[in-house]
Amino acid sequence: MQKEKYFYFKLFWYMFRLSACTLGGGYVIVPFMRDLFVDRLHWIAEEEMLDYVALSQSAPGAVAVNASVMVGYRLGGIRGLLVSVCGTVLPPLLLLSVLSYVYSFFITNAVIAGILKGMQACIAAVVADVVVSLASPYIKTRKFLSVVLMAAAFLAVAVWKVNAVYVVLAGMGIGIFLTVLKQKRGMKNGLS
Amino acid sequence: MVYLELFLAFLQIGLFGFGGGYAALPLIQNQVVVTHHWLTLREFADVVTLSQMTPGPIAVNASTFVGTRIAGPLGAMIATAGCILPSCLIMFIFALVYKRYQKQTLLKGVMETLRPVVVGLIGSAAVSLILLSFFGTDTFHKITSPDWIAVLLFAASFFALRKWKISPMLLMGCGGVAGLVFYGVLQL
Repeated sequence: MQKEKYFYFKLFWYMFRLSACTLGGGYVIVPFMRDLFVDRLHWIAEEEMLDYVALSQSAPGAVAVNASVMVGYRLGGIRGLLVSVCGTVLPPLLLLSVLSYVYSFFITNAVIAGILKGMQACIAAVVADVVVSLASPYIKTRKFLSVVLMAAAFLAVAVWKVNAVYVVLAGMGIGIFLTVLKQKRGMKNGLS
Repeated sequence: MVYLELFLAFLQIGLFGFGGGYAALPLIQNQVVVTHHWLTLREFADVVTLSQMTPGPIAVNASTFVGTRIAGPLGAMIATAGCILPSCLIMFIFALVYKRYQKQTLLKGVMETLRPVVVGLIGSAAVSLILLSFFGTDTFHKITSPDWIAVLLFAASFFALRKWKISPMLLMGCGGVAGLVFYGVLQL
């Protein structure tokens, strides 16, 4: 990708903004990332973004930080990686440094609680919206296996409370099995 | 040497905290409360509450909070650096492998299988966010009557997103203002 002027500064600012919005857990970054990097800037493809989330989930550490490493490296190499991680870590670092002195006021204040409740309802809608957008292509094209995998992953975490790492690892296992199977079949067909 | 202790404690949290978010909580508690006595159990519970109210991963929030408490701003930076270092290195390797073998059949096949799995994971995050917003809890058997203001805000937001493709960031701002009006001003 050709780097425009102030590219690294922009990357930093975008990651900073994304990170400041991830109220409510790592996956909240997905709709914001999709809106910015996939839909508005066209810097990464939607499939790529899902791959980054899958890889982020299979390493230790927070999904938001891990995903910012992938995105940063993809867009700007090692320098991009560092810039992107700094942008992601700074908002919570700055905010919590300040709040650690006055946190009892912050967590008991009714007005702050009200503002956050309003934001939480909107964030729930933002994540629900991205799920509908991401899931509908699989359902519309009736990719049976994909729909089954999607439902199984959902049930495993939402209902049976399985750690997401095991779900991703299981998915990897199934993926390796299916790909090898397909390759073997292809080779047989090629020979006969 | 308190800086080194902070760094090593959070390095372990960063290295073994698989699954992100709440999966790492017992690990953080063990290091911060049990092993090093940096926080009391009560203070730790407050950090968890604070994390739910602020952006950013819970491990980063906890490391900043504890670091600041124990050794000021420099402590916060060192603890946070320790916390994210392992995952940054591992993800860097992943990024190299991904770039190199992206077009190779096996990796392509695995990634294609994983994408719907990820969508399922995000789906479960969505459900738990919705439950948390409507009922104040995301465990099924604790559910009582819903918070109708939240339900209304959710429905309006969802409609605005699907119909007009409103920007999520703008929507969050609107949500904050709506929260201030409906919960803050009208109920005081």
